[in-house]
Amino acid sequence: MGMNLTLKVWRQKGPEDKGRMVTYRVEDVSPDMSFLEMLDVLNERLILEGDDPVAFDHDCREGICGMCGMVINGVAHGEQVATTTCQLHMRHFEDNAVITVEPWRAAPFPVVKDLVVDRSAFDRIIQAGGFISVPAGSAPDAHSVPVKKVDADAAFDAATCIGCGACVAACPNGSASLFTAAKITHLSLLPQGQPERDSRAKAMVEQMDAEGFGGCTNTGECTAVCPKGIPLDTIAQMNRDYLKASK
Amino acid sequence: MTATIERGSATARVNSPADAAAKTAKPRRPGGLLGSSNGKKAVMAVTGAILVLFLIGHMAGNLKSFFGAESFNAYAEFLRTMGEPILPRRVLLTVVEVVLAAAVGLHMWSAISLARRAHKARPVKYAAKRKSQAGGYAVHTMRYGGVIIVLFVIWHLLDLTFGAVNPAGWDGTPYERLVQGFDPSRWWVTVFYVVAVIMVGLHLRHGLWSAFQTLGLAGGRSYRPLKGVAAAISVVLVLGFLAVPVAVMAGAIK
Repeated sequence: MGMNLTLKVWRQKGPEDKGRMVTYRVEDVSPDMSFLEMLDVLNERLILEGDDPVAFDHDCREGICGMCGMVINGVAHGEQVATTTCQLHMRHFEDNAVITVEPWRAAPFPVVKDLVVDRSAFDRIIQAGGFISVPAGSAPDAHSVPVKKVDADAAFDAATCIGCGACVAACPNGSASLFTAAKITHLSLLPQGQPERDSRAKAMVEQMDAEGFGGCTNTGECTAVCPKGIPLDTIAQMNRDYLKASK
Repeated sequence: MTATIERGSATARVNSPADAAAKTAKPRRPGGLLGSSNGKKAVMAVTGAILVLFLIGHMAGNLKSFFGAESFNAYAEFLRTMGEPILPRRVLLTVVEVVLAAAVGLHMWSAISLARRAHKARPVKYAAKRKSQAGGYAVHTMRYGGVIIVLFVIWHLLDLTFGAVNPAGWDGTPYERLVQGFDPSRWWVTVFYVVAVIMVGLHLRHGLWSAFQTLGLAGGRSYRPLKGVAAAISVVLVLGFLAVPVAVMAGAIK
């Protein structure tokens, strides 16, 4: 009853290894398995055979942590829209399909092992300015500082970014603009973000460049694969804030 | 008592296999607006806008050829005398030419610089053929399309401006250069022209709304109208530019 699949998986022993694609046959896969569970099945077999299991990042397996990132058949997190790899189910694949699985490809995301990449570059972009320095104390009374509904909604949309890095993986330029823009927009639309709005935009964009990410060419590939559907207008917001801060 | 938290102590120091220390340091290149990817994009947007305004004027001027040799040549002469008598002959035109050349140069500089940055950002390519998820076709013509456009501009200047590769030559009137340049016997010139003009159209299809996005002027509900206007202007420019050589080939302009 189960599905039979051919997987072409990127295997790389460590950061210095050259790496290569390795073909595996996975049999009797339930269509109700998630993509990660299917890899678990493969790994159990590899372990029993005395092979090294395929290393991949995962944590919550419910689409909110942003750990599971892999490029499936050339699309970050697979072709299912607004879905992380852990929420992608095998029923979306044909029986006897050949599936290519690769890590995020970007110079600032070096491969640690197999499908695991080091996304610390994102942490350093956040460290450059993605925070509020002033201790804001306990939660203020509701509406003591009015925030427009549209701004609250847009800030919340941006704040749903889980930092998975699919935007970088999908971008033909390897740009981290959508991630950085989401973090800038999230804070710059709210009152707490105003004191550091200019310095934040400058510092985060500079760090993004220093990490070696590419520039944005407005292809929209990032937002199309984003599991959280972060909109492209966050990038316009980042551009606006950055240009204003650079005046 | 309130505890004071050292800034940055809440987040654990991340160990990167790469040169984390070097990366957190200031960028090697002098930063500033023009050193940043966003700044370069802004340069591209502003210079692109200048060039689009020029193209609209250029296309409108070309259509003068439908009103006969006298009208077209008089228009060409006007370009040289505009600004008179406040300015001497050809001064305003020279200013425009210098601004346009600078715009082309800066547009190319930012494009090359960003393309090199993008190339470095993905040293290992994907094995699977990546399918475009955003569905934009024009965006994938920007870089090679730009190269075709600049080669065309060089040919175009040698042909119709300087007459170096034109049968009517430098001494011919602008109208003679136009009619003889697009003569059916030189069909390959027209083919090159058509390909280049379509490339310009695709370039603007993406470039026009992108400029607004890059300068932070787009957002929310403005994308649909912006992209619609970008497409409309691109179509009008392509049709306007193609009308003249096609009319010459068909014998409607002679």
